[in-house]
Amino acid sequence: MISIILLSVFGILNLFLGFLRSNKVLLPGAMLLLLAVLGANLADWSVLPAPQSYFNNMLVVDNYTVAFTGIVLLTTIVLLPFSRSYVLAGEANLAEYYALLLFSLVGAIMMVGYDHLLMLFVGIEILSVCMYVLAGSRKRDSRSNEAALKYFLMGAFATGILLFGIALLYGATGTFVLSQLAAAIAAPANVSLAPMLYIGILLMIIGIGFKVSAAPFHFWTPDVYEGTPTFFTAFMSTVVKTAGFAAFLKLLAVALPTAQGFWLPTIQAMCALTLLLGNVGAAAQTSAKRMLAYSSVSHAGYLLIGLVASQGRLTGPAANGIFFYSLAYSIATIAAFGVLKLVAEHRQRDDYAGLNGLGKTNPLLAFTMTVAMLSLAGIPLTGGFFGKFFLLAAAAEQHNIGLVVFAVVMSMVGLYYYLRPLIAMYLRPAEEDATLVPVDGIQTATLALLALLTLVLGIAPGFLSGLL
Amino acid sequence: MLTAVLLFLPLAAAVLLYFTKGAATRALALGAALLEFGLAAYAAFAYQAHGSEFFNLNYAWIPSAGLNFHIGLDGLSLLLVLLTTFLVPLILLAAFKRDYDNPAAFYALVLFMQTGLLGVFVSLDAFLFYFFWEVALIPIYFLAGAWGGERRIAITLKFFLYTVVGSLFMLAGFVYLYLQTGPAANSLAAHSADLAAFYGLKLSASEQSWLFWLIFAAFAVKMPIFPFHTWQPDTYTESPAPATMLLSGIMLKMGVYGTMRWLLPIVPLGTSQWGKLVIILAIIGIIYGAVIAIRQRDLKRLIAYSSLSHVGLMGAGVFSLTQIGLQGAVIQMLAHGVNVVGMFFVADALERRTGTRYIPDLGGLTRRTPVLSVCFLVMLLSTVALPLTGGFVGEFLLLGGVYQYNAWAGAIAGLTIIFSAVYLLRMFQRVMLGPDSTFSTTITDLTGGELLVLGPLIALVFWLGLFPNTFLQLSEPAVTSILALVGR
Repeated sequence: MISIILLSVFGILNLFLGFLRSNKVLLPGAMLLLLAVLGANLADWSVLPAPQSYFNNMLVVDNYTVAFTGIVLLTTIVLLPFSRSYVLAGEANLAEYYALLLFSLVGAIMMVGYDHLLMLFVGIEILSVCMYVLAGSRKRDSRSNEAALKYFLMGAFATGILLFGIALLYGATGTFVLSQLAAAIAAPANVSLAPMLYIGILLMIIGIGFKVSAAPFHFWTPDVYEGTPTFFTAFMSTVVKTAGFAAFLKLLAVALPTAQGFWLPTIQAMCALTLLLGNVGAAAQTSAKRMLAYSSVSHAGYLLIGLVASQGRLTGPAANGIFFYSLAYSIATIAAFGVLKLVAEHRQRDDYAGLNGLGKTNPLLAFTMTVAMLSLAGIPLTGGFFGKFFLLAAAAEQHNIGLVVFAVVMSMVGLYYYLRPLIAMYLRPAEEDATLVPVDGIQTATLALLALLTLVLGIAPGFLSGLL
Repeated sequence: MLTAVLLFLPLAAAVLLYFTKGAATRALALGAALLEFGLAAYAAFAYQAHGSEFFNLNYAWIPSAGLNFHIGLDGLSLLLVLLTTFLVPLILLAAFKRDYDNPAAFYALVLFMQTGLLGVFVSLDAFLFYFFWEVALIPIYFLAGAWGGERRIAITLKFFLYTVVGSLFMLAGFVYLYLQTGPAANSLAAHSADLAAFYGLKLSASEQSWLFWLIFAAFAVKMPIFPFHTWQPDTYTESPAPATMLLSGIMLKMGVYGTMRWLLPIVPLGTSQWGKLVIILAIIGIIYGAVIAIRQRDLKRLIAYSSLSHVGLMGAGVFSLTQIGLQGAVIQMLAHGVNVVGMFFVADALERRTGTRYIPDLGGLTRRTPVLSVCFLVMLLSTVALPLTGGFVGEFLLLGGVYQYNAWAGAIAGLTIIFSAVYLLRMFQRVMLGPDSTFSTTITDLTGGELLVLGPLIALVFWLGLFPNTFLQLSEPAVTSILALVGR
């Protein structure tokens, strides 16, 4: 709760700081603010006697909320150092962008902590509206405008569908409160309303599926991710996805466990389709940025496996798996987008060939990218391996053998496209005119930290693997 | 504690290498590798004195999942640790002979690889084993990819995908086994991946039937057993010599070792169901590798196919499930490691002098290179399995094992010796003897530094050939207990 208040106040404060127009103040300021919020958030870990509820039980702060809020905040903190080029490009509205980022975090935290369907809706809206603006933040770039328009139109549809689903669910059960929904769905009096209920659930799954870019509602992802400025693409593919999956898991595990017979096959089918389309799509790309867009779709597929294995619980192997996977995925994705952004801006291209010879010119950038790619591919020594391992083991324990085998086969496809940046960086010679990609001190430190964190998660995952 | 030091010392040295330059880089890399060998030698004495319990280390790694950092040494793993720590300094010395770009990174990757390899040999927890199994792959991929020949990109990609896909099958098998186990003692988690827990599982014959192939996929690719070998000749040929030595000298043994420790005792029924098929495949590999080796004109490629042929015999010996077959595989792992590293070193020495590996371009070299010729001949004759050499003891025991299993299989597998005599002696004749070539008058003999590499290798060849019991008595209890588990 305290994090929501702090972020809102800081967001407004940031708007006022805008007159400074200096990233030298704004960037460290924003990072410090977020660190303070992260600290305040973590202080809520397990110290509360019972989960704290706010606003008539609309919002709840428990370990689940703290854990996922922590991921979202940490991701944003390590993302911020890569905002530099906006200053260089003479973007005047830097303060507004920071403010929008902070406001969108408020939405993300509400999506994580909601205990009431309307709160979920409000959270998603806050997050999405900010993202629509940020997607179009490069005003003079037609691709950025296209991305914003596409994202807005599709997103508005999805939100409408979600709201429709919430309304039908309310109509069938008479409640918005998560903890009461499970009992209301199972109540014999409501059995005659089953069609309405199921349509409601389906529409909600579609709405959230769109937000986390799960197939077949992922079609917007590659275009929007490609057109959006890389800095905000990184935010979209990490924070939005983490918050979306935290919300998704909560919805299925707390509100709808009694309807599992209905949604489980739906999610399983979505999962298989997402894995297939994400991985095959990524393998076919020549642009590294577009590959990362499709790869983010494929990771939605792996996370959906966690939902399949959730068993109506916010604790246990599946919830822990989703937490660990989101964390490892977010860190690796920020690292990958961070490196890609620095290189693409310097070399003016975002295809694989743009990375050629990076191992020679910028060893640290290449090393961080390597760790990130290995983590996304799920190779041991990196956090991504244990993320996949926890999720797949949880699903295998619930006897989803077919899905697990399919996921393993798809991760073999993943190997192919995650190796391509490595091949470009280390195995191919640099272009004739390749020069050192400029990286400032704080970016260097952040990239080193991200690589280190990924390795720590991959070597000693024990301290985070059983939290929830 | 000694085991953990042994495991992580090369890794620490690899990290330190980043901060060194020039001569200090070489000194640190070699110093660390030699220290590591010293530690391993000390471990061998400690093992004689205290037994394997002395090396046992078991810490909680991921408590919530019941996975432990469990490492230890028995006679079998000790021999492979000794082989690894013995070969790595020599491989580094071989690497010093060439001016590789960015040498600190090169040596660091070799040492990093050493940690991965040692980890495979000492792990006693299935996921730790898998972890190191994959960790060993990352440095060798970059070694072969970044410093390799012209066609390196496509070839190393194939190598990487092949081996990772094989390993993922093994991981899937391990996950299945893991979910069948109960909780370990004093653990809160529902399952355990300890080797002992896997050994204790009661699996039905039909489960073992498919689990066998899931787990064997990884080992078959690594060894490689025909028809999973297609990555091998290209990768051996295109990699820089030190990487080829690591691949053929040590990494290949991961597959044989894995089969002995993580396959046979865990799925004995699956082994008895499919063992015959594997032996047939292995024997096909022996003949296939040998026949192709006869036709090769590239020195490195010839040795690669020769290695394929010899590893087939190791596979057949292991699956004969006899005491002498397994003991033969152990000795042959050591002998083959020494032989193949020596052969690749000689090939690299010739290439450095002449700039070519193409056999028809060479010839008439012995007059100016008496020492090189003798060293080459010793390594070659050990590969051919001449008595007095390590290769003879290994192949003799292996063939004995296969013969016990089936006389016909033994007879056909025995062709490996005849074949290897044919292609290796022909190669020696065309490269070193024969009519003079353009290099006959210019080539120089081995330098002292090169003798430093070949000397220890030759000494070990004879040690293995004359006193194999030094090594056989170390591995005997381990082999006996593996066979006891298979026969249960």
